[in-house]
Amino acid sequence: MKPAPVSYHRASSVSDAVDLLTTLGEESKVIAGGQSLVPMMSFRLARPEHLVDITRIPGLDSIELADDELTIGALATHQAVLESPVVRHSAGHGLIARTMRHVGHLPIRTRGTVGGSIAHADGSAEWPLLAVLFGARVVAEGVAGEREVPAEELFFGLYTTCLEPDEIVTRVIFPPAKGATGFAEYGLRHGDFALAAAGVVLPSAVGATDARVVVSGAAPAPTRLPATEAAVAAGASDEALRQSVMADLDELEVDDDYQRDLVTGMVIKAVKEARTR
Amino acid sequence: MSERHLIELQVNGEPHELLVEARETLVDVLRHRVGATGTHVACEHGICGACTVLIDGEPARSCLVLGVMADGHEIRTVESLADESGLNDLQEAFTACHSLQCGFCTPGMLMLAEGGIPHLEDTSREEVRELVSANLCRCTGYETIVDAVEQVAQQRRSEDPTVTEGASA
Ligand SMILES: Cc1cc2nc3c(=O)[nH]c(=O)nc-3n(C[C@H](O)[C@H](O)[C@H](O)COP(=O)(O)OP(=O)(O)OC[C@H]3O[C@@H](n4cnc5c(N)ncnc54)[C@H](O)[C@@H]3O)c2cc1C
Ligand code: FES
Ligand code: FES
Repeated sequence: MKPAPVSYHRASSVSDAVDLLTTLGEESKVIAGGQSLVPMMSFRLARPEHLVDITRIPGLDSIELADDELTIGALATHQAVLESPVVRHSAGHGLIARTMRHVGHLPIRTRGTVGGSIAHADGSAEWPLLAVLFGARVVAEGVAGEREVPAEELFFGLYTTCLEPDEIVTRVIFPPAKGATGFAEYGLRHGDFALAAAGVVLPSAVGATDARVVVSGAAPAPTRLPATEAAVAAGASDEALRQSVMADLDELEVDDDYQRDLVTGMVIKAVKEARTR
Repeated sequence: MSERHLIELQVNGEPHELLVEARETLVDVLRHRVGATGTHVACEHGICGACTVLIDGEPARSCLVLGVMADGHEIRTVESLADESGLNDLQEAFTACHSLQCGFCTPGMLMLAEGGIPHLEDTSREEVRELVSANLCRCTGYETIVDAVEQVAQQRRSEDPTVTEGASA
């Protein structure tokens, strides 16, 4: 239960980190909060030869609202977002702060980072779900320069993203939710990874079709449910919502009854929260 | 052999210069190199919270932090709670409420509470339960730990009502 030998490098800037990753090669890995990587190293599930510590890079932990878009630096911690007055008081982003309560526990949230959670791409983690729900753009920097990846294109599957090994997530840009929002998750205990979770944005106006419903627990990565989005936009009852989620889950070929019930329950709960806000 | 790095740690107010391996976790650095064995270690993968310490005042699992990454930071362990005049208020409350049996989880629980109390919004029992749920205890059934933390949280809050904007939205 101890990490294997490894070499350690401290990056002073994003370009320094990219240089280090390129020079050290395939067996090198970025380390940020360490809340996922260190336990994986202790289990020897991850055995990088080199670690590039990005936590000393100045300015990567900012949280800013400009032109209604919320930009969260990769090194912002879950707890910093939870307690950020900027996030809590932004009408279009309050859900992000509210959802942070579900991420592990305080001692995890004081160190775990937004960038780490996005890059780690755990299928049941809250950040990837929020990123897809809000249509966020993930900004990454690598040898080829800087690019913006829409969250929906970033997550491929369990622990897999389209990020290159030399790319570092520097920030995530969240457009505001245009309608009321809700989130619900089910885990065996508070703070555990969710078995199923759902995030909902109601349509921006009566008759608008821009509702969004994103769930985890139905596929290896957070997934939009198109039939359910249409049902939510149409103001569906709980029973009609249930049928639409079932139709979406059929489409996704989810056949575990327990998982289907959990996802459905979380969608109905999240919609209820959004409708009563 | 893993490479070594010279780091500076402030542990309970005392500066330490230490030669550590890159792969060494902070809890091992504290226990084996600093000799501060008050901090316990059990699961070594972030589940139990026995190893909780404060890093720059914030509770953290010291088995999930590499010692080399704590370089230059201030660490507080359970050894910092008592002083010449005796146990601190949390330790007294744990004693009075019978919040420990075997005591294995206690250093972590105390440091979780010490660093977590300032983050509480309303010091309600529900909120304290959520805080305490971060760490595992195999003996007490938690109720007595929640009793002690709730009592101290409310006492400290009444003495210093400056509430940090935290917790529930
Ligand atoms: C007990 C426990 C409970 C937890 N519960 C939850 C939970 O309920 N929900 C949840 O979402 N998470 C949970 N976590 C995980 C936690 O949220 C982590 O903080 C997060 O998954 C990773 O962030 P990190 O900064 O710690 O990343 P690290 O552990 O440092 O890195 C994780 C991975 O991301 C890569 N990486 C890190 N930063 C970047 C970057 N900027 N650019 C590119 N790659 C990068 C690393 O190379 C590594 O592969 C839990 C963890 C523990 C130990
Ligand atoms: S020993 Fe660190 S959390 Fe269990
Ligand atoms: S008192 Fe024994 S584990 Fe908590």
